[in-house]
Amino acid sequence: MSRYSALEVLKGGLTGQKHWQRAWRDPEPKQEYDAIIIGGGGHGLATAYYLAKLHGMSRIAVCEKGYLGGGNVGRNTTIVRSNYMLEDNAHFYEHGMKLWEELSQDINFNVMFSQRGIINLAHSDAQMDAFARRGNAMRLNGIDAELLTRDQVKEHLPMLDYSGKARFPVYGGLQQPRGGTARHDAVAWGYARAADMLGVDILQNCEVTGFDIHDGKVQGIQTTRGAIKSGKVGIAVAGNTSRVCALAGLNRLPIESHKLQAMVSEPLKPFIDTVCTFGAGHFYVSQSDKGGLVFGGDLDGYNSYAQRGNLPMVAHVLQCGMALMPAIGRIRLLRHWAGVMDMSMDGSPIISTTPVKGLYLNGGWCYGGFKATPASGWCFAHTVAQDRPHRLNEAFTLDRFERGYLIDEKGVGPIPALH
Amino acid sequence: MIRINCPWCGERNMVEFTYGGDANNVYPGLSEETSEKQYFEYTYLRDNPCGPHLEYWHHVNGCRQWIKVKRDTLTHEVIATVPADKPVGEKE
Repeated sequence: MSRYSALEVLKGGLTGQKHWQRAWRDPEPKQEYDAIIIGGGGHGLATAYYLAKLHGMSRIAVCEKGYLGGGNVGRNTTIVRSNYMLEDNAHFYEHGMKLWEELSQDINFNVMFSQRGIINLAHSDAQMDAFARRGNAMRLNGIDAELLTRDQVKEHLPMLDYSGKARFPVYGGLQQPRGGTARHDAVAWGYARAADMLGVDILQNCEVTGFDIHDGKVQGIQTTRGAIKSGKVGIAVAGNTSRVCALAGLNRLPIESHKLQAMVSEPLKPFIDTVCTFGAGHFYVSQSDKGGLVFGGDLDGYNSYAQRGNLPMVAHVLQCGMALMPAIGRIRLLRHWAGVMDMSMDGSPIISTTPVKGLYLNGGWCYGGFKATPASGWCFAHTVAQDRPHRLNEAFTLDRFERGYLIDEKGVGPIPALH
Repeated sequence: MIRINCPWCGERNMVEFTYGGDANNVYPGLSEETSEKQYFEYTYLRDNPCGPHLEYWHHVNGCRQWIKVKRDTLTHEVIATVPADKPVGEKE
């Protein structure tokens, strides 16, 4: 398969652009692999790519029950940021941010990473104090952060309600200028193609139905396309983490599955050139390159495996939106959808070994999984290949809940629906 | 839209309720025999099933009673509702 380049496009211009090949193969499963990754979403594909690229493994399979990128990697609001306060999260997500900055070159696929910045709005003095604290923590960890005054926010976001009638007046905001958005599908496709070029077998329509575990050690998996042997199996299945782990005998995890909705408007002319989050309710917005305003809100709030939302949360999110930027009142929504989030008990992820030897878990992403895709794959690949975590993910263990080493960024306690 | 049949008020829209989590999760109590492991499991571990799930809802914008709901987490179908201190069926 050839590398994508401007020269390829020019050459194709002479032949009607008919020389393009499919971006990845559709191989039959082999009997045995050095490592199997369950889940062909962003994290699984990234893991396979880094296993092949950085850890010298050549026989790797990715098993996807449906089609590639049909889960949360195609259902998020495409936001990338690393504005975390706690030490473990900050270093992990900042490593991810650095991978994002090089990603299109690295995987030879334009992921349309746009560092348009992200602004978290504050609506009270107390919130400004909290943002100053978070911004300082970020800067001490080498992450860019700017505390904006109300007037500075107004320069970036002139469409907000600055009148005396605003229900929650804007006091200021915390900006991460290097944050932004990326084309979510391109991330899945790009990692798939890059992994495939390194020899990774991507097996679609290949659902895992069981694990072969003997003497506490994984020997392989059963799938709808037959049994596959491997001494190393990584699970990266987001909202289905509890289900897949139960097949391996890991019942009862510190995870609940909830659904999170997002929605997009009809295409508009350029309206907002940064990512903006409302600080007094559940609403955030950015504008896609196609022109649609992409809105996100909060969880519906109850356990769910349904990849569709209920209307009360749509109404709630848009009420928040109207309170913040009344100008959106006349635009129409085109689509709304939901993804199943693996909400962990402290709001932070799990990238870890498990009690079963050779079985590794990547989950608990809550609704921060997309931005973590490169860092998650990078760390999970290290964990799978070396049988121990990297320094960047050694805090994200499965047993931290029992030991009491929680990483609770919001400080809300073990209530998954609140993270 | 989920509609929940409150044992006191009848069928009501979900927006009148707040969610109270997994109803299989039973507080281990304060007796001296209760181990740390029991508290850990109560606080952090969940079955998280895809299918019928027993859960608490609070009719906070209605009669303010806690109720127990058996609901399918994949289809959102409400299968049964009872007062929070009553069993839903023969099996729990």
